[in-house]
Amino acid sequence: MEPLPIQVTVNGRTYSAEVEPRLLLVHFLREVLNLTGTHIGCDTTSCGACTVLWNGRPVKSCTVLAVQVDGGEILTVEGLEGEGQLHPVQEGFWEEHGLQCGFCTPGMMMTAVALLNENPDPTEEEIRKAISGNLCRCTGYVNIVKAIQYAARKMREGMSVHAGGV
Amino acid sequence: MAARAVHGIGVPVKRKEDPRFIRGKGTYVDDIKLPGMLVMDIVRSPYAHARIKRIDVSKALAMPGVIDVITGEELAKANLAWMPTLMGDRQMVLPTDRVVYYAQEVAAVIATDRYRAADAVLAVEVEYEPLPPVLNPFDALKPDAPLVRPDREQKSNHIWHWEAGDKEKTDRIFHEAEVVVAQDLYIPRIHVASIETCGCVANYDPVTDKLTIWMTSQAPHAHRTVFSLVTGIPEHKIRIISPDIGGGFGGKVPVYPGYVIATYATLKHKKPIKWIEDRSENLQADSFARDYHIHAELAATRDGKIRGLRVRVVADHGAFDAAANPSRFPAGLFSVCTGSYDMQAAHIQVDGVYTTKPPGGVAYRCSFRVTEAVHTIERMVDILADELGMDPAEIRFKNFVQPHQFPYKSPTGWEYDSGNYPAALQKALETIGYQELRREQAERRARGELMGIGISTFTEIVGAGPSHTFDILGIKMFDSAEIRVHPTGAVIVRIGVQTQGQGHETTFAQIVAEELGIPVEYITVEHGDTDTAPYGLGTYASRSTPTAGAATAVAARKIREKARLIAAHLLEVSPDDLEWKDYAFRVKGAPDRHKTMQEIAFAAYTNFPLGLEPGLEAECYYDPPNLTFPFGAYVCVVDIDRGTGQVKIREFLAVDDCGTIINPMIVEGQIHGGLTMGMAAALLEEIVYDENGTMLTGTFMDYLLPTAVETPHWKTAKTITPSPHHPLGAKGVGESPTIGAPPALVNAVVDALSHLGVRHIDIPITPAKVYRILQEKGVAE
Amino acid sequence: MIPGPVRYRRVRSVDEAVVLLSQLGTDAKVLSGGQSLIPMMKFRLAEPSYLIDINAIPGLDFIEERGGVLCLGALVRESTLERSMLVRQRYPILHDTAEVIADPLVRNLATVGGNLAHGDPANDHPATMLALRAQVVARGPNGERSIPIDDFFVDTFVTALQPDELLTEIRIPVPPPRSGGAYVKFERKVGDYAIAAAGVFLVLDEAGRITQAGIGLTNLSYKPLRAVDAERALLGQYASDELLRYAAELAAQATDPVSDLRGPADYKRAVARTMTLRALRRALERAQANA
Repeated sequence: MEPLPIQVTVNGRTYSAEVEPRLLLVHFLREVLNLTGTHIGCDTTSCGACTVLWNGRPVKSCTVLAVQVDGGEILTVEGLEGEGQLHPVQEGFWEEHGLQCGFCTPGMMMTAVALLNENPDPTEEEIRKAISGNLCRCTGYVNIVKAIQYAARKMREGMSVHAGGV
Repeated sequence: MAARAVHGIGVPVKRKEDPRFIRGKGTYVDDIKLPGMLVMDIVRSPYAHARIKRIDVSKALAMPGVIDVITGEELAKANLAWMPTLMGDRQMVLPTDRVVYYAQEVAAVIATDRYRAADAVLAVEVEYEPLPPVLNPFDALKPDAPLVRPDREQKSNHIWHWEAGDKEKTDRIFHEAEVVVAQDLYIPRIHVASIETCGCVANYDPVTDKLTIWMTSQAPHAHRTVFSLVTGIPEHKIRIISPDIGGGFGGKVPVYPGYVIATYATLKHKKPIKWIEDRSENLQADSFARDYHIHAELAATRDGKIRGLRVRVVADHGAFDAAANPSRFPAGLFSVCTGSYDMQAAHIQVDGVYTTKPPGGVAYRCSFRVTEAVHTIERMVDILADELGMDPAEIRFKNFVQPHQFPYKSPTGWEYDSGNYPAALQKALETIGYQELRREQAERRARGELMGIGISTFTEIVGAGPSHTFDILGIKMFDSAEIRVHPTGAVIVRIGVQTQGQGHETTFAQIVAEELGIPVEYITVEHGDTDTAPYGLGTYASRSTPTAGAATAVAARKIREKARLIAAHLLEVSPDDLEWKDYAFRVKGAPDRHKTMQEIAFAAYTNFPLGLEPGLEAECYYDPPNLTFPFGAYVCVVDIDRGTGQVKIREFLAVDDCGTIINPMIVEGQIHGGLTMGMAAALLEEIVYDENGTMLTGTFMDYLLPTAVETPHWKTAKTITPSPHHPLGAKGVGESPTIGAPPALVNAVVDALSHLGVRHIDIPITPAKVYRILQEKGVAE
Repeated sequence: MIPGPVRYRRVRSVDEAVVLLSQLGTDAKVLSGGQSLIPMMKFRLAEPSYLIDINAIPGLDFIEERGGVLCLGALVRESTLERSMLVRQRYPILHDTAEVIADPLVRNLATVGGNLAHGDPANDHPATMLALRAQVVARGPNGERSIPIDDFFVDTFVTALQPDELLTEIRIPVPPPRSGGAYVKFERKVGDYAIAAAGVFLVLDEAGRITQAGIGLTNLSYKPLRAVDAERALLGQYASDELLRYAAELAAQATDPVSDLRGPADYKRAVARTMTLRALRRALERAQANA
């Protein structure tokens, strides 16, 4: 089929490309842009290894066509770190041993980032519900919950410091 | 450097591998992209058993971007249509005349990218003549059963018969026994389903005549040897690299046909070939675990002393015996099934059988069938307790191998290295408040509510294994480490095992840090590249710490002994006047006169004693004297919904003892993960076929991995009983929880229903299964 | 798994979509949230030659009460519905439903319109809409029409929508005083379709008699099911637990589930009874609290 032109901002950088309409967003990220931090773990929109933020919302990039995000903004795991500073969620996953094989981790972190943007102080139950579209086979989730709680604390502290004008 | 903390054994060091993973900078096989790379996709059989009448590749070949379609006939010309399995059987790479399981590889398309390849797969025309499938081993053993493997000399579906223990003595004990309980147990087919599927990038470079394969492999060295034997390419011309692996759990131990076809294709086309399974292929065709039909009997006295165990197993191995067991153990370590209990005799018989189902019999986070063993004994002990009206904790205390009995010779011939079973169970019962829970259960029962408490006190067997008994395809199951200390005191460690998330880059560095007094941050651990790492058998069956961990400690100690000579030279004292204390060689009686390893390392290259070889490095190929026997006591509390049959886990406590703990944070993480997989096997996961042999659970919509919502907040505790023969006292832990959790859960569910006369439920305990029981017992809502 | 070749057009208005649908007929598929369609395309269970992406049509994502009716635009995402304070406070049955559909990430894209238009008896909104007596608004070349929900589901994956019609809106009567609804689902794990689920909507009179009852059932027949006999049994009655049990039993009897990996048919029927009973109880509680 005729390739279609798209323009997408990924991690703050704008890319123009011509893509087949059927090209999945995850393949666009991994194979066209070489952003291989976003992974593929299933065919049925079940595992969430491919989770990215599309205009701020976490979505499974294996179930979005690249043409759909034309004009939109995508954030992937590669865009989390800002100027050499780990995102609190990245830091939390490291501190609290929230990952083992690392394969689900980028998707899991993207979901966590979106959760904390919306709900800065989630309960354990809210965290577990929020990440229930992301499968992890290694950790048993306990430390992922702790990692997100760590990040939540860290982000709240950051905000209060900021609000206090320090 | 000396001022920095060493962060050796016992410290919860943050993982050294994490900085790349949390940035999305890991390198998994599918992340590898080489110039000119082509993509392979596989045509698979829609039948469980069929004759292939015709394969027409012409339409596929005519499609844009399609380079080649490879069939079994072509592979046969290169003598590659069949390959050996790790169990000494042989397996089709691509079929020439018949298929023997649903989703079996039939042909392979090579195209410019995965979209073109996927289109072409649908255009390959295959004409099949369906044959009757054989879907369970009992049918397979009937005299008129269709033959799954006519290529074999033996014209039956029976593969092998295997026994352990003393038949005569066991039969005598059963004959004389006051009480005998018996139970059939089926442990269904399950799948490890690591979130990363399997795949490879195979690249033959005609200039260097070298074949490099990036592969999702838990055992790259063993795979290199197999590849050399299969292809005839000299072993030094093959390099297998396991990059970052997205979970293994046993599923990445076997050699899959896709690897071999991709290798053939790169040799043929002289271009890199990438093959990555999709999830359906992974679930449908990769090696399964379990599929054990067990009949078990316990003999005991009327007051609850176990005297003997008798077990018969019929094992469904699918169409090819592609299990990954040590050669002499076709049923793996199943004979450890006397568990934590002292008894006089046991006798185990296992028969392996072919069926028209995918091949395998790999572990699912389990040391060679020990899950099946533990499930058997832990269920049988509860059944005996029920028969005798005893509390399941009481019967366990009464029958435990006692601490003074170690090393304990089991009736099937294993020598348990160390243990303290009563202490672990005591701790578990006290921590969870067992007596209070029993009281609550009685109250709830009176109100018609269904609450159960389940115990499992398992003994695990890991660290295969000593060379006198353990080999895979003849290669002894040692493992290895090489340590090189650079002049500035920084270190590179290379090991023969291969992490898939266990954190080897951290824990192995901690071992070296502890032994050499060098801060962990100055130690790099490398593995997974057969061109650089020492030969080893890989990571599975919780063997890394018991084998390569020991090798690392021993190699480090060799370095320390050489360092002693250099330190003596620097301090101008006799080596015997030095002692290793507080991470330095110190002059006895004058501890301030000392040399750190950093100072010694520099001297090893700049100022070494005359006659001593320069440099500071060592290696060790470690042949373990015995296996290690981690153990644990798990308690689980469940509530059952009478309106749906749903089992709700209220609480789960795992007390584990894995000997010396190298990194408590990592050990706890391993336990959480293992418990979750154990829970999944007990409640959710099962591979199901319909009557035609078509797999019904080929996606994550139907093969059910637990999410954070179904998974309880695991509670853990520990006891520490070091292994007496391991240099560090460590035992291995990754698989204990997967093994211990299912019987704890089943025992809890059965306990909730035992007053209604329920004695056993096969896993997975689905709501539908429970509800049927509730209906039968008249308590369904 | 890779979707088959397809053409794609992003439309900017309902009219543009309708014109394209008229031209392309059954070759085209409307791409809304895509959370069912794209997986089906990957498995080549759906091979449309054209995708009409309606996501850029402005103003199709409203959640508002107008003239005694709650109007939901076809492009309202499940996650938006889940977070809507209006829905949470006035339509808890819709909130119940939204939060058990698939998983949170899928809900960020999946739309209410798509959940209905897919015609899948395993989807959750159909039962709820049956219970609420919703109307589905569709726009075609001849203009707009309103389809009562009872007429909307024709067969498995078949709805009353014509190939040239676009579902634009769902209309739900604003709940009267003393009304309450609930959706209760039993699934094997998050992300699964229901073993059985029930949506219930009840209205009581001042004396506490049931004056209106709606019961919809999920994944229990070849199409979304309304438990008519159970509804009838409730009408004019005081809501005793015995009555609710009786109605739940009638609802279960109305089901026609198939045996599959979620369980045998008789089990599903039993769970249907349990789900209906629990939804009835919760709906009643809410109705009583809403006096």
